[in-house]
Amino acid sequence: MSTNKVIHAIYNDDDILMDAVKASRAAHHHIEEIYTPFPVHGLDKAMGLAPTRIAIASFLYGVVGLTVAANLLNYMMIVDWPQDIGGKPSFAFYQNMPAFVPILFELTVFFAAHLMVITFYLRSKLWPFKQAENPDVRTTDDHFLMEVAVSGNEEDMVSFFKNTGAVEVKVIDKH
Amino acid sequence: MYTFSNKLKTFAFVLMALGLLGIAYGFLTAPKTTQDVEKILAESHHDGGHHTAATAHEVAPATEAHHEVADTVAHEAPKSEAHTVAADSVKTVEADSTKAVVAPVAEENHHDAHAAKADTHEADAHKEHEKHLEHVLHQLQNKPWAALYVACIFFLLISMGVLVFYAIQWAAQAGWSPVLFRVMEGITAYLLPGSIIFFVLLVLSGMHMNHLFAWMAEGVTDPKSENYDAIIAGKAGFLNVPFFLIRAAVFLAGWNLYRYFSRKNSLAQDDATDDSFYKKNFKMAAGFLAFFIVTESIASWDWVMSVDPHWYSTLFGWYVFASFFVSGITTIAFVTLYLKSKGYLEYVNTSHIHDLAKFMFGISVFWTYLWFSQFMLMWYSNIPEEVTYFVTRIEDFKLPFFGMVVMNFVLPILILINTDFKRLTWVVVMAGIIILTGHYIDFFNMIMPATVGDQWFIGVSEISALLFFFGLFIFVVFTALTKSPLLAKRNPLIEESKHFHY
Repeated sequence: MSTNKVIHAIYNDDDILMDAVKASRAAHHHIEEIYTPFPVHGLDKAMGLAPTRIAIASFLYGVVGLTVAANLLNYMMIVDWPQDIGGKPSFAFYQNMPAFVPILFELTVFFAAHLMVITFYLRSKLWPFKQAENPDVRTTDDHFLMEVAVSGNEEDMVSFFKNTGAVEVKVIDKH
Repeated sequence: MYTFSNKLKTFAFVLMALGLLGIAYGFLTAPKTTQDVEKILAESHHDGGHHTAATAHEVAPATEAHHEVADTVAHEAPKSEAHTVAADSVKTVEADSTKAVVAPVAEENHHDAHAAKADTHEADAHKEHEKHLEHVLHQLQNKPWAALYVACIFFLLISMGVLVFYAIQWAAQAGWSPVLFRVMEGITAYLLPGSIIFFVLLVLSGMHMNHLFAWMAEGVTDPKSENYDAIIAGKAGFLNVPFFLIRAAVFLAGWNLYRYFSRKNSLAQDDATDDSFYKKNFKMAAGFLAFFIVTESIASWDWVMSVDPHWYSTLFGWYVFASFFVSGITTIAFVTLYLKSKGYLEYVNTSHIHDLAKFMFGISVFWTYLWFSQFMLMWYSNIPEEVTYFVTRIEDFKLPFFGMVVMNFVLPILILINTDFKRLTWVVVMAGIIILTGHYIDFFNMIMPATVGDQWFIGVSEISALLFFFGLFIFVVFTALTKSPLLAKRNPLIEESKHFHY
C-alpha cells in the first residue's frame, strides 16, 4: 500500500547523518531528499545519486566561450578594423595570437562559469523570490533532515530511524 | 620496511655506468681546434638542407644575433613605419606581411646585417670566418658541459621541488599527505649528493674549465680588454665568481640543513610520546619556505638566467620554480605508484594519487601562465635586449621551444582534466612521463641557447648525462627509503591521512 506519508528524521551531526544514510540504504528504505545547512562531502555517493554532469556542461560552455572569443577577436581586430599596435600590424589571426590569448582565456572562463551557474539554477529549479522548499527551518542552521518514504510498518520505521541517532523523528502526511 | 630490490639496484648501476661512459665520450670527442670545427661544419654542409649548414658559411651565425640586436633598433623603426603606411591597403600587403612576429623581424635584420657586411667587409671575410670558427669551437666545447649541467640541475631541482612540497604539507598542517611523508623524505635524500655535484660544477665553471657563464670570461669587466662588455661590467658587483659561489654555498647549505633537521624530527616523532617534534617541524617548515622563496629566486638568476647575462626577466624565479615544482610532484607520484605496485604503502589509496594528479594538473597550468606571461610581454614590447632571448629560441630551437609548450601544457591539460583519469595509474604515469620530459626540455631551453647556440643536439652527451643522474637518483632515493618505516606512524595527522577519501 503506497501512501503519501514520509518520515522526517532530523540529525544534528553530519557524521551521524552519513552513517544513518548508509544504514537506511542497507535496510532498503527509500531516501527522497536530504536537507543540510552546508554541503556534506560524499553524501551524494552515500545516497547513491548519479554522478553530476555539470563538469561536462562546463567544458562544453568553455569551448563555446573560446569559439566566441576567437570569432569576436578575428572580426574586431583583423577583419573589420585592423590596427598597428606597437609595431604589430593586424593582418592575420595567427600572427597576433599571443596578444589575443588573455581575452581568449577570459571569455572561456566567463562563459564556463556563468553558464554553469545558470544551468545549475535551472536544473535545481531556483529563481529569485522562490519559496524555500525545506520543511524545517533548522536545516538552514545546524540540523540535517532526511526525508524517507514510508512503506510497510510505520512503527518499525520510526524506531529504526530513532536507532540511527536521529534527535527527532516525525511522520508527515505529504500532499 | 622497504628493501631495495637487486633488480632496481642493478638497473641504477647500469644507468650510472652507461651515463659515465657517454659523458666521457662526449668530452673526448668535443673538437679541440678550429680545424676540427671546419671539418664538422663542412660535413654538416654536405648533409644539405640542415639549418646549421645554411648558417655555416654565413659570416655571422644566428647566435651572434645576440650582439647584433643592439643595432637592430635602427632597422626596426623604419620597418614598423612602413607597415603603418601600408595599413590601409591591408589585402595587397597581406602576402608579404607574414613577418609580424619577433623571429622574422630579427631574420630580416640578419639579412640586412649580412648585406651590409657583404658590401663593406669583404676584405675582412677571412678574419670573420676565423672568428666564427672559434665561436663555434667554443660552443661545441661547451656542449658536453652544458649537457652535464642541465641534467645535474634538473635532478637537483626535482628533489628541491619535493622538499618544498613537503615543507608546504607541514606548514599547512595538511591532513591528507602524512602517509606520503616517507616517500618525500626519501626523494629529498638526493638533495645532498645532488648539491655537492652541482656545487663542484659551479666551482669548475668559476675556474674557467668551461664557458657556460659568459660573464665569467676573462676581461669582460676590463675597459681596456677587447672582451670588455659594459653591461656585464655594470653587473659585476653582483655577478662575480667569489660572490656567486658564496651565494650558491649559502643557499645549498640552507636547503640541506632544513632537509636534515626536518627528516630527523620526523623520525624522532615516530617514537615520541607528545607532539613536540611535530610542532618543531611545523615552525621550521614555515621558516624554510620564507627562506626558500627568496633564495630560490636569486638562485634562478645565478644558475639559470645568468647564462644570458644581458637578458633579464622579473618573474624568472617563479617560472623556474613552477617548472621544478611540477616535476617534483610528478616524481612523488611515480615513486608512490612504484612502491604501491610492489605492495608497500598499504594506506595510500586512489584518493592520494588523485590529489597528486590534481597538483600535477594545476601546477602545469601555473607553469604555462608564467611561461606565457614572460613570453607575451617581451613579444609585445619587442625591446631588443629582452626579445633577443625569444628570437634565439624561436630561430634555433623551434621544435624544443614549442614542443615543450605542448608537452607541459596541452597534453597534461587534456589528459588530466577528467576526474576519473586522475585515479588511474597508467594515465598518471603517462601524463607524468610527458611532464618530466617536457620540463627537462624546458631546462634545456633555458641553458642551451646561451651556451651552445645553434650547435645544439640531443645526442650522446645529453642522454648520457640524464642517464647518469637518473641512475644516481634512483640509487640514492631508494637507499634512503630502506632506512626507515614507510609510515610516519606517530604523526598527529596520520589517522586522517590513512582514511583520506574523496
